[in-house]
Amino acid sequence: MTINFKDALGVHADALELRAERTKVLAANIANESTPGYTARDVDFGAMLQDRIDTENGELSLSDDQPLYRVPFHPSADGNTVEIGVEQAAFGQNSSDFNTSLTFINMQLRGLAKAINGQ
Amino acid sequence: MGFKDISQIAGSAMAAQSVRLNTIASNLANADVAAGSEAEAYRARKPVFASILGNEGSAGVQVLDVVESAEPLRRVHEPDNPKADADGMVYYTNVNEVSEMADMMSASRAFETNVEVLGRIKSMQQSLLKLGES
Repeated sequence: MTINFKDALGVHADALELRAERTKVLAANIANESTPGYTARDVDFGAMLQDRIDTENGELSLSDDQPLYRVPFHPSADGNTVEIGVEQAAFGQNSSDFNTSLTFINMQLRGLAKAINGQ
Repeated sequence: MGFKDISQIAGSAMAAQSVRLNTIASNLANADVAAGSEAEAYRARKPVFASILGNEGSAGVQVLDVVESAEPLRRVHEPDNPKADADGMVYYTNVNEVSEMADMMSASRAFETNVEVLGRIKSMQQSLLKLGES
């Protein structure tokens, strides 16, 4: 009997990676706050995680054929759809979620360590 | 996986915003400069931003160009001014100080937001490094 780390960590390892990917997309939105014509993008976290679980260890990265564009509350004259408050909120939430996934992984690793030490 | 990419995205935005702050500073500094002819007069400058689309949803910012404003210059009759032309007219800049000040606030806010992003990335990366400890 061997310990399979992938099974032991469950969904959290995938979630952590997707959270990091999403951070990049949100950071790009924030960076392009004042770029004319830039359209804010986002990813559907739930769908991507489900996809990743369904395809097992399939390569899953953000591809250009499935971009999701944010619908702005107030359209602006220069075509930029970044609303900084929305992006900041999403970024903050996303990084908290990242920390949550990290905490879960840490808890599971501690559990494994306990099992290995037999305490 | 790219924490490095994120830093580069935020860094490109900070660079672009500081170019913007630079043009604002030079516009405000030259707001009251008079010139002897229309060609010599200072015109308000403004950077043009464009996004650099990378793969996987990343997009940094670049400054495509710095363009001069096409607003009309202020033509003032000042015969005593040593720069005045034959008709005693001088040409003042077309800098709009109020809109420059508003632009300055917007630019420095945008800069700060990206600094915050960098700080958050750093703390995320550090907690990732502590994975499995204790």
